[in-house]
Amino acid sequence: MNNTSRPLSPHLSIYRWPISMTLSILHRMTGVALSVGLIAFVLWLASIAIGAGSYEVVAGWMDTIIGKLALLGWSFAFFFHLTNGVRHLFWDVGMGFEMRQANASAWLVLVATVLMTAAYWLLIQDSGSLV
Amino acid sequence: MSLRSPLGQVLGSGSAKDGTGHWWAQRVTAVALLILSGWFLYSLTRLDSFAHAAMLDWAGRPFNSVMLLLLSVTLAWHSALGVQVVLEDYVHGAFIKMVSLLLNRFAHVFLAIVAVVAVLKIALGGA
Repeated sequence: MNNTSRPLSPHLSIYRWPISMTLSILHRMTGVALSVGLIAFVLWLASIAIGAGSYEVVAGWMDTIIGKLALLGWSFAFFFHLTNGVRHLFWDVGMGFEMRQANASAWLVLVATVLMTAAYWLLIQDSGSLV
Repeated sequence: MSLRSPLGQVLGSGSAKDGTGHWWAQRVTAVALLILSGWFLYSLTRLDSFAHAAMLDWAGRPFNSVMLLLLSVTLAWHSALGVQVVLEDYVHGAFIKMVSLLLNRFAHVFLAIVAVVAVLKIALGGA
């Protein structure tokens, strides 16, 4: 019964990391990042209500290099979580489960995330002085 | 002694003991956020200025105030549900898990209330 030529699970030598696994992990990571972003969003909203002085302090943070990188990161995380969330909603109604479809939608999510992030920053730069 | 049948007692109870309520709420808030966050991002691009007076004027318009209230509460709700799942998965030990889940709820309710008070203050004057 000892068949040593039989391949052993999980076939580590021929294992290829599936793209859906990367997106699954990214969905969680961006979700947590956006929860941190929620704190910044509420702080920003509260600063508008408190007055011009506090608003300018918060707007000043947003205008620093770190602030802008954080906003860029949050916008990327947002568009990823949004598009991959829609991918999950399609799965929830039973659509797109085939391997080819799931792989194709994964790449579609990544491309759409980059395009939407870039397009949004172009739009908002165009709309007036940022911060 | 329960009068419920054995099947009736377990229906709707998965390992989390609360059926599908959490899962469903996550989906409902997700769909709502598609609309609300879409409005928010679009609305920001329509602003001429990000100066304080312009922000007050923008957030104080009735439609915008309503949308900001809906957005804040739905965001906090969806975020609380998501962070809860992450904590349930990665925090081990019954006591520390319970404490972290409680703090997660408190923090999200706090954020939601702060946002609601901020928007109401802007909308109803006094800011």
